[in-house]
Parts: sequence; structure tokens; C-alpha cells
Amino acid sequence: MSQTVGATVSEETWTLRGYEMVVGLEVHVELATRTKLFSASPNRFGDEPNTNIDPVTLGLPGALPVLNRQAVELAMRLGLALDCTVQRSTFARKNYFYPDMPKAYQISQYDEPICVDGWLDLPGSIRVGIERAHLEEDTGKSTHVGGTGGRIHGSDFSLIDFNRAGVPLVEIVSRPDIRTPEQAKAYVSELRAILVAVGASDAKMEEGSMRVDANVSVRLPGAEFGTRCEIKNVNSVRSVGRAIEYEAQRQVAMLEAGESIRQETRHWDENDGRTHTLRSKEDADDYRYFQEPDLVVVDPDPEWIERVRWALPVLPAARRARLADATGQRADAEAILVVTDRDQDAYVLAVAGAGGDAGRALVHVKEAFAEQGERPSVPVADLAKLTRLEIDGKLTATQAKQVLAEIVANGGGDAEAIAASKGFEAMDTSELESKVDDAIAAQPEAWSKFCAGEAKAMGALVGAVMKASSGQADGKAVTALLETRRDIAIA
Amino acid sequence: MPTNSDRQGLPAGVADISWNVRNNVTSAADVLERHLAAIDAREGDIHAFNIVLADEARLRAAEIDEAVAAGRDPGPLAGVPIALKDNMCTRGIPTTCSSRILDGWRPPYDATVVTKLHEAGAIVVGKTNLDEFAMGSSTENSAFGATRNPRDITRVPGGSSGGSAAAVAAGFAAASLGSDTGGSIRQPAALCGVVGVKPTYGAVSRYGLVAFASSLDQIGPFANSVGDAALVLEAISGHDQMDSTSIRRGPFEVSRQLDMGVAGLRIGRIADLPEGASPDVAARLDEAFDALRDAGAEIVDVEVPAFGYGLTAYYLIAPAEASSNLARYDGVRFGHRVEAPDTNAMYMATRTDGFGAEVKRRIMLGTYALSAGYYDAYYGRALKVRRRIAADFAAAYASADVLLTPASPTVAFRLGDKTADPMSMYLCDTYTIPSNLTGDPAMSVPFGTGDDGLPVGIQILAPALEESRMFRTAAELERRAPK
Amino acid sequence: MGRVALGVVSERITPEAVAKVAKLARLSLSDDELQQATHQLSDMLDHFADIDALDLDGVEPMTHPTPISNVMREDIEMDCLDRDEVLAAAPAAQDGRFRVPPVVGLED
Ligand SMILES: [Mg+2]
Ligand SMILES: [Zn+2]
Repeated sequence: MSQTVGATVSEETWTLRGYEMVVGLEVHVELATRTKLFSASPNRFGDEPNTNIDPVTLGLPGALPVLNRQAVELAMRLGLALDCTVQRSTFARKNYFYPDMPKAYQISQYDEPICVDGWLDLPGSIRVGIERAHLEEDTGKSTHVGGTGGRIHGSDFSLIDFNRAGVPLVEIVSRPDIRTPEQAKAYVSELRAILVAVGASDAKMEEGSMRVDANVSVRLPGAEFGTRCEIKNVNSVRSVGRAIEYEAQRQVAMLEAGESIRQETRHWDENDGRTHTLRSKEDADDYRYFQEPDLVVVDPDPEWIERVRWALPVLPAARRARLADATGQRADAEAILVVTDRDQDAYVLAVAGAGGDAGRALVHVKEAFAEQGERPSVPVADLAKLTRLEIDGKLTATQAKQVLAEIVANGGGDAEAIAASKGFEAMDTSELESKVDDAIAAQPEAWSKFCAGEAKAMGALVGAVMKASSGQADGKAVTALLETRRDIAIA
Repeated sequence: MPTNSDRQGLPAGVADISWNVRNNVTSAADVLERHLAAIDAREGDIHAFNIVLADEARLRAAEIDEAVAAGRDPGPLAGVPIALKDNMCTRGIPTTCSSRILDGWRPPYDATVVTKLHEAGAIVVGKTNLDEFAMGSSTENSAFGATRNPRDITRVPGGSSGGSAAAVAAGFAAASLGSDTGGSIRQPAALCGVVGVKPTYGAVSRYGLVAFASSLDQIGPFANSVGDAALVLEAISGHDQMDSTSIRRGPFEVSRQLDMGVAGLRIGRIADLPEGASPDVAARLDEAFDALRDAGAEIVDVEVPAFGYGLTAYYLIAPAEASSNLARYDGVRFGHRVEAPDTNAMYMATRTDGFGAEVKRRIMLGTYALSAGYYDAYYGRALKVRRRIAADFAAAYASADVLLTPASPTVAFRLGDKTADPMSMYLCDTYTIPSNLTGDPAMSVPFGTGDDGLPVGIQILAPALEESRMFRTAAELERRAPK
Repeated sequence: MGRVALGVVSERITPEAVAKVAKLARLSLSDDELQQATHQLSDMLDHFADIDALDLDGVEPMTHPTPISNVMREDIEMDCLDRDEVLAAAPAAQDGRFRVPPVVGLED
């Protein structure tokens, strides 16, 4: 989850016995179109096997592909969201035999992809280059029956469902700019957020509409890139981090043992937490790419590209920056990541716009609005008023919390009235100061420990003040008063 | 109304049949029965068909006669019996490409041309034999046996659309459809003495045509006259959104120009045409130029330096595309399968058993031409030669409106003459190949006879979408053909 | 292939290369077939060597006869094929799916 990542991604580094990891990610996403890339049968997940099929999907003799305009538009959208250049592109045939590949070739963009040369900024100002994003068709789904639980090896036979065959995919290829597992996870989370934001894909890794392959190598900083291995079957953000970490450790261990890395495709096993050899480069297929003669050039005119560009929504990074501005916090602060992830950033800004305090609103929304969606039930004005009472010192944080709880429960309400009904009114500082002095006088040993630097001794003193004020004192204010008195005492 | 019903005692042609049926002069049923009778009489010797659809055709004829009786117009091809090359998909009806690998397969959909023929009121009488997957020039490479030339059954009908050419020459159908990838319509038309047309690439939809070489394949008509061929072309041409390479334009309108003559047309003679035409064929070509000059055309010499490289470009490009197009015959989803312990073994067994020798040869040649390390030297170079050839033709058309060449270097050869040596068979396509590479239209029209009194076909080539001037020239040659 | 058997067989393609190509194309050849295929392909490649002489520098490859671009369909659903009809025509089917022998040596 992005919030756990953000705060750390810019700081932490990964090295093992002096080696650093060099990682590039290839992400396949299924586009949110109604129909397939080259035919008019539905692009729908979870239907009865082989019900979304047509002559093109099955690769029947005589069938011909016709490109889906919406798939091109969504590819342009996500390309532009990644600051790519949209260019004249062509389709090629990648020839290989596999039962879930109906024509025995995959139609894919090869030497002329539609999107090139972009980048993705991770929370915490790390930029990962995007080499290309190209359109291609998905394969069908094989189920391996018999043998040991769905594994290919030792299975008795396989069953094939072509519903997924021909579903539009975009393959997004990053540059090898990633250096830590945290960055890799942040890249996948951020890419996912962008895909969802622009409506290109629902990007559900658990449903396979977003799939990650990782190219991992290790090297001594400044040295040439090492031999890389491609890790497949990484099905969650968490396993992206685990798989990369394991693979880098494996490679370092081999190098340390004086062995050399062989370029190969490896398979991440979620269960044993290891990667296993799938194919080595030697027995790599000869795909015999050539331009698809049944399709023509796709060359979006500038007018179309600009229309798509202007229709792009504000992207997560920009929204976080906006919220950071308004609240004076870091763009990768946890509250900002969480609230933006929940699409509640606009609400927080609206509260500020209604005369509320953005910082307090951010905290309240993060803490109290987890169950609420993009449009929380609490009227903007009500939360705005609550935050005003807080910063005017009319309510302590603790009181505000209780008032908000009631406001949320009733889907709104006047903070002032509720506070009054609860008999809250913030005590003025002189009253508080005398209560603090009483507490100090009442517990001299706690006081001397506190002055000697024993932080926990403060608890007893704060507790006493709270007791004396029947829970209404502002904890922060009490702490502040105790600290100033200590500083004076030991000066 | 141009009438050709007197021609060699054949049943009436397309124009007469549709006119008579539409105007209730004859019934579609009578017309059909005459053709079915011709099939009964000679199909045993000729083997033009993989399947004759007598019952379906009779039902369809009745449908058309009812329509006419009810005062509805069945369309421009009303009641016209037409034969389809067996590489065009017909819903629920076997479509084999004369290959064991598709034996028993019934497509769940119709090719666009089949739908268009239906809408025009035509009657499909059967599906015709071909060289397996249209790879060949004699219709001897068929899993179901060779087709013989109706003019001399010891001779080949040419290929790969030999069955469609023979069906028309034998009066089994008033017209037929073939597919032309390197000459597969024009060469058999020449050898069987009928008219055969390869339209501009993209003018007739390829949807439902089982692909051989996608960037070269084009469907076109066979008929006993230029006028009949024009009517069929008009019915099957026009844009189709199911084919991305289909040209955005309406159907051709060539019939009305057939009587315009050639006065003022510039007819090009290719000075550097590759050698290889036999003397009898060369003589007919000279006479064809004379005939057009007499008709008021201007004969001009042009040069097409890259013409001769067409054969090489074609035999690298077509097999390359074919190797990919034919990969889908893997025994998984349809057609033939030979069971084996694992999928890879099943692929091997199925394809090795299901494909014939020539198809395997071309798949291997094409796979080689595309494979790592050879792409640039073979496929890549061939694509550049293709561009060079197109440029040479464009230049030639600056000074000529149409070009004339032989359609085939020789008249029909004997069965077995060229089966031993693939290259000798490939050379049959020398004159027809270039227009597939360029995408330009070309047609073959009968013009007298050569050795052993066998028919000679003259090929007329024109720039893309200039079918009307090509047909005008063809009609003139037809009028002036030696009787 | 008498002519080739007698003539000099070019070095353009070796039996090893033909065997590799056959494997790529999922075709199995007997030793005789391999020899014959090698002869025939060599013979063809000899004929096709005529283009080696051409200077094609800077010539744009021609992949399509007609230079059309941007042919696209709207994203609108149309009727699907009937599953039962399609599976009935399949060599082997089970549980609404196409059935194939175990997939080995093909993992991707
Ligand atoms: Mg990839
Ligand atoms: Zn991909």
C-alpha cells in the first residue's frame, strides 16, 4: 500500500555487500474497453468460458483484425499521463506456438510503439524513465488439469478458455532506474493510481488486469550493468518487493561465490518465496517478427492527441502537491498519501475553501473518514467550522475528536452547538497554568525525574492535570507548559 | 442486351441469365438444372469441384423464382449459378482449401463476397478445387486429386484457382470466384480459355478468404465473357469494414464502359519484358497489339526494369506471410488433429500429416526468410525490391494507360510435367506476379489459340483502381479475338 | 529434383538450418525429406540470389500495396459465436473449453 511506501522511498537505499540492484519493470495492463482489441466480442472478466468469442478471437481461417479506436485512445491517455510522446505506430506479428495463442502469433507493436520516452515521478522526488508503452493482444487462459495441483508439470491435459484472448493490453516498459524494493513497490502503486485516475484500466493485480515482470541485475555502484534475469508471475505489490529482494540477494550470493549469472527467465513462487528457472536465453524462441499485413499504420493526428491531453484529469502526484501546499506538509507525508489514495483530497481543499483549516481537516479526514468515499457525508461547512474552533483555541484536539465523532455519526451538525451540549469550552491558559503548578507541587519526585531527563516521568504530571481538568485540558498545551517550566528549572 | 448464349453451345452467360430471370423469361430453376446437367455429364472427367451443392442450390433457385413471382427483384445476378473457390468461408458448408488439415471443417460464418453474391441474387452451385491453400499453378497440389482442363483433360487447368476456371470453361457455372496471390486467377483463366480478373488490392473484401499471403491475396471473378466478368466484379466489390485493408470506395461501375472502345488509349509494350514466353504465345501477343492499333489505340514502348525481380520478391514475401498465416492450423480449435502425448508432439504430428509437400516447402522457405539472421537478407530485401517494382510501374504508367503481356508463358501443359521441379512450376507466374506485388489490377482475356489448338490468354495491366480502362481494352480484344 | 541432385548444391542453406526451420514451423521431416528439402530450398535460394546484385540502399520497404492509415472500429459489442457450435467443431473439448494434451516444453 502506497502510504507505507511513500514516507520512506526517498530516503532508504538498498545495498548488499557493496552491490546495488538495478531493476526495470514491464507492466501489462488490460484496457477498460467494452470490446476486444481487434474484434467486437466483449472484453469482460469472469464470464462463462468461451462465451466471448468470435472468428477473430479464435483465429478462424479467413478472419481479419480491425483495430478498436477506444483502445488506441486509452493507450494515448496513459501514455500522455506518463509524459510519453505519442507517435506513428505499426503492428507486428510475434510468431510462436502455444495453445492459448489462437493464431499462433500475437499481434503486438514491435519496432514502432504508440508511446515512447516518458517518465513516472514517485512520491519523494524519484524519477523512473518510461522507455515505451505499446498496444498488444492478450492470450486465452489455460487450466492444467491433473498432476500436482494446477502445475504444468505432470498435468494430464489442459483446458483452454479464449474469453481473454484478444483483450487489449498495454505493455509499459520502464528504464532500469529502480534501485530498491521500496521504489519498485512505489512505482507499481503510483502507476496503478495513474491508470485508475485516467480510466485506462481497473488495474487489479489480483484479477490479473495488471501484471508485473521485473528485470533484475546487480552491480557494484558505477560498474557496468550486470547480467539480468526476468522475473515473471509477480502478482501483488508486496511480492514485487519480495521477489526483487530475493532475486538480488541470489545474484549477489552467486557473484560472491565466484559464479556468473546466466540470463534467464525466472518464475516467482509466492509460497516458498523464491524465484525458479523457467527458460534460459539459449532455448529462447525465434519469434520472426514482421509487420502485420492485415492492419494498417496508426498515426493519430495532433488534433486527436491534444484533445486526449486536455481531457486528462489531475494526476495523483499533482493532487498530492496541491494538498501539500494547502497543509504545509511534505507531499509524501502519510496523511497526504492516504487521503489522496482515498480521493478525499478535493474534500479537504473544499473545507479549507470554506474557511476551515486545511491541516486540521487533513488530520480529521485521515482519522475519521476511512469508511467514507470520495464525497464524505459531512457537509464541508460543518468540518470547516470545527477546525476553526480548534485553531481559535475554543476546542482542544481531544474535544474536537469527540465532537467530530458525533458530527460523522449524524452525517453533519454544528460543531459549536455540539461542543456546548457537551459542556466543552477550552479553559484559558492561566487556569491551566495553576493546574500544572498544582501537579508539580503534588508530585516532587516525578518532577525531579522529569527534569533529570526521564521523559516518561512526564506521564504522571500530565495525568494529574487531566484528572484535575476532568479530561478537558489540551494535552499539547500541558506538555508545552511542563517543558517550559523544566527548561527554566534546569537553566 | 449483349447475348453470348450462342457461344460454343454453353448455357447462357451471366448477363442473359439475370436479364431473363429478372424479367421472368426463364426460371432460375431451369437455368440451374441445365448447369447441374452439365456437371453430371462431365464432372467425373474434370473434377472441378470439392463439393457440389445441388440441394442447397435448388432451394435457393426456388427462393429466387418466388421473389420474381412476387414482383421483387432478386438483384443483378438473379439466378446466376456461381462456383466458389474452396478457400472462401461458407457458413455450415465445408471449406477445405483442398487440404487434409481442414477436412470436415464447417465455418461458423460467411465470407463477405459470399454475402454479397447472395444479396445480388446469385446461386452458389459448389466449391471448387484448388492447389492446397492456393499454393501452386496447376491444381495438382490438391489433397483431393487434380482438376483437369476441359479443353483437353490430359492437361492441367492451371492454378491455383483451376477448379473455378474449369467450372466456367465446362459450363458448370456461368461464373465463378477465384483468389489471385501471384496469378492464381489469370493463369488458369488463360489456360482454360476464359476471362479472369485480379482486381486492385483492397477493392474486394478479403474477409472470409482463407489467407495465403495477406498483402497479395485478392478475390476476383471468372466468366465466359468480359461483360459477364464485369457484372460479377460490380457485385462483389466495394468497401468492407471487416477488412482493414479494404479501400473506401463504392462498387466498380465498369459494364457501361465496355463499348467505349480504345480509340486514344495508350497501350504499353514492355520492351524489357523477361524472356520465357513460347513462340505461339508471343505471336498472339503481337497480334493483340495489332488488333488494338487497328481499333485506334496508340502502341507505346515502356520499360519496367525491375519486372524480372518480381519472381524472387514474390517467392520470399508470399511464403513468409504464409508461414505465419498457416501457423493457426495446430489441431487445437478446429479441423484435423493427430493425437499425441503432449501438445508439442500433437502440433508436429497434426501439421506433418495435414499439410501437403508444396505447402510444407513454402512454410519452411517463409520461416527461413523471416528467421533471426536471415530477415534482412531475404524478407527485408524482398520488400525493398517490391517498392522498386512499384516505382517502375508507376513510371511506365506515366506514358501508357494500360500494359499488355502474356498471362502465361505457355498454353496448358500436361499433368505431371512440372510437379517434379518446384522452380519450373514457379516460373509459370513470371508475368502475373508483379501486379500482386504492386496491388494494381490485371486480367486475362482469351485471344486465339496456340500449340495444339489450346487457348492463349492476353494479360492487361492497369494502375490501381483503373479497372474501367482495363475492361475497355479487354472488351476490344474480345471483339477482335481470332475466331 | 534430378536437376538439383546433378547440379552443384549451393551453400546457402544447410540441413541443420532446414532442420531448425522445420522445428520452428512444427513440421517433422524424415532424413530423406530433410535432404530433399535442403536441395530444393538451396535451388530456390540460388534463383532468388538475383536480387543480391541490386543496390537497395535507402529504398523504403513496401509492406502494403496501398498506403492507407488509421482504420479503426468503434468500441461496440456484436454477437458472439455460439459456444456449443464452435466446441462441436473442435478436435477435443471438455467443460465448455478446448482440450489439449499436456503442455510441456512450451512453458512461457
Ligand atoms: Mg515483454
Ligand atoms: Zn507483452
